[in-house]
Amino acid sequence: MSFKENMNLYSKGDKAFVYLNMFLVAMFTISTLYPFIYVASLSVSLGDAVTAGKVVLTPVDFTLAAYDKVLSDPAFWTSYANTFIYTIGGTIVSLLIIVPGAYALSRPQLAGRKYWNMMIAFTMWFNAGMIPFFLNMRDLGLLDSYIGIIIGFACNAFNIILLRNFFEAVPASFEEAARMDGANDFQVLWQVFIPLAKPALATITLFCIVARWNGFFWAMVLLRDESKVPLQVYLRQIITQLTDDDTFASTLITASYSYETVSSAIMICSIIPVLLIYPWVQKSFNKGIMLGGVKE
Amino acid sequence: MEDINNSLSTEDSILVKKSKWLVMHLKKEWQLYLMLAPTIIWFIVFLYKPMYGLQIAFKDYSVFKGITSSPWVGLEHFYTLFDNDQFIRAIQNTVMISGASLIFGFPVPIILALMFNEIINPKFKRTAQTIVYLPHFISAVIIAGIVITAFAPSTGVINLMLNAMGYDSVYFLTKPEWFRTIFVGTGIWQEAGFGSIVFLAAVAGVNPSLYESAVVDGASRFQMMYKITLPCILPTILIMLIIRIGNILEVGFEMIIMLYQPATYETADVISTFIYRQGLQAAQYDLAAAAGLFNAVIAFLLVITANTISKRVSKTSLW
Repeated sequence: MSFKENMNLYSKGDKAFVYLNMFLVAMFTISTLYPFIYVASLSVSLGDAVTAGKVVLTPVDFTLAAYDKVLSDPAFWTSYANTFIYTIGGTIVSLLIIVPGAYALSRPQLAGRKYWNMMIAFTMWFNAGMIPFFLNMRDLGLLDSYIGIIIGFACNAFNIILLRNFFEAVPASFEEAARMDGANDFQVLWQVFIPLAKPALATITLFCIVARWNGFFWAMVLLRDESKVPLQVYLRQIITQLTDDDTFASTLITASYSYETVSSAIMICSIIPVLLIYPWVQKSFNKGIMLGGVKE
Repeated sequence: MEDINNSLSTEDSILVKKSKWLVMHLKKEWQLYLMLAPTIIWFIVFLYKPMYGLQIAFKDYSVFKGITSSPWVGLEHFYTLFDNDQFIRAIQNTVMISGASLIFGFPVPIILALMFNEIINPKFKRTAQTIVYLPHFISAVIIAGIVITAFAPSTGVINLMLNAMGYDSVYFLTKPEWFRTIFVGTGIWQEAGFGSIVFLAAVAGVNPSLYESAVVDGASRFQMMYKITLPCILPTILIMLIIRIGNILEVGFEMIIMLYQPATYETADVISTFIYRQGLQAAQYDLAAAAGLFNAVIAFLLVITANTISKRVSKTSLW
C-alpha cells in the first residue's frame, strides 16, 4: 500500500487527524532542531550583532571570527586531541575487556557461571558512589592520568549483559562445527562469535564512543593538569568562566567576536564529530535497545 | 571411632575428587577463565573495592591514616547529616525535580510514539525520528551551554522574545523559582524523542488483525489509536513507569552542576550535587560518603521493589 492510494480511502475526519498529527510532529521536530540552528547561527554572526540582540534564527553579518579565535587557541587543540585519545583508547580497552568477558560468561561450561553473572549484575543495583570511587582512584594513583580515565571507566554491567545475551542466543551448532575443526575458545570467539555478533558489537562500540566523547564529570574531578583535560571540560570552563576572563574581555572591544559567538563556536566544534557518526549510531541503536530489552 | 574415621575419609575423598575435578576442568577450560579474568578483576578493583571504602561513612576518615586505620565513629555522620538543613533540602529537591520530570516528562515519549505511529509518509517519519533522537547523544555540557546561551539576560533568544512582547528581561538562571521548570523542560526536550523508541517497539508488536477488524467496524484512526494501540502498549507503559519510579533518586546531576549557582541552590541542589560539593570540593569525605551510602541504600531498595513489581506485572501481561 503506497502512501497516496492509502490516503484516498480515508474519511474526512481521518484525513484531518492525519494532517493534524503530521503538523504536531513537525512542530516537535522543529523545536528539537531550533536550538542547534540558533547556536550555529550565533557562532557565525558578528559579535556586535549578537550583543545587540539581533540574532534569533539566521546569522547576522556573517563572519568566521569566532572560529578563528577558537581554532587559534592551543588549549582547544590540546583538549580536542585529548578527547580523541580518551575516546579511541577508552573504546579499545572497553572492547578488549567486555568481549572476552561476555563470551566467557555466556558459556555453560564455565564453573560458577551463575555467581559470576550475579556479581556483574549486582553493580547495576548497588553502587558505592562518588566519594569511595574517587578515593579508590586516588589510592590507585590514577588521579591526573590518561590511564585512569581510560581504564577506570572501561566496563559496565549493562554492556557486558547486552553482549552476553547476544552470545547466548548463538545456536550451539555454530560452535560445534568450529570445535570439530579443533578450534580453541579464542578461535571460537574470533571466528564464530565475533562475526555473528557484529550488530551487537557495533552498538556497544558506538555507545562507548558517544559516552567517551560526551563524558565530562569524572574528567573534571580526576584531572587537574590542564594539558590532559578533554574537550568537554575545556568547553565547560569557557561556558562558565569566559565572562570573568579579563584578558578575553579586553580583546572584545576591537574584535568581531563576542563571548556568545565564541562559546557557540566551540559547542559546534564539539557537536560536529557526533553528527558525523550519528548515521551509524542511529542505524544500530534500534537493534541494540531491543537486544538489551529482551532479557535482564 | 570407626564411624568417625569413615566419615572423615569420605569427606576427604569428596574433597580430593572435587579438587581433581577442578584441576581437570581448569586444564581443559583455562582459556575461558583467562578471558573472564580481566572483567572480574576490573569489577573488583573499580566497583567492589570502593564498596569496602564505604566504611568511611562510619569512620572519622583521615587521609593520612587511610580507610582501614581511621577510627570508627558509628552513626555520627548520619546524625550530622539529618541535622543539616542543606541535606534535608537536597533530599526534598531530588524528589521534587524527579517527581516533576516523571509527571511532566513520562507521558511525552508515549504520545510521541503514538504520533509517530500515525504518520503514513515513511520519509517524513524517518526524518522526524532522526532529528528527535539526536539530543540524547549530545553531551550535558553542550545542552547546558545552549540553555545558558538561550536564557542569557540581554542576548538570549528567550529574553529577546519577552522584550518583543513588551516584558522586561528575566535573568532566569539566577532565579530559584525558575530552576526546576528550566531543568525539567530541558530534560524533556533532550530525552523525549529517544524515550519514544521503547514505546515504538511495543507499538510495532501490536497484532495487525486488531486494526483490520476495527476498519471493518468503521473505526476512525483516532479511535484505533485510543482504543487499540494505547491499551496494547499499556504493559510496556506500566513497566517503564515502575522502572522510572524505582530510579526516582537518579537525576541528571551533570546538567545541574552546569546550570546551578549559589543563588539557585535552594531549589537546584540535589543529593548528588550536595555530595559533590561536600566531598570533592570541601574534602569532607566521610560525611559525603555517608550521604552517598544513604542515597545508594534507598535507591537499591526502590530499584529492587520496582523490579519485583515489574516482574509480576510482565508475567500477567500480554507477553
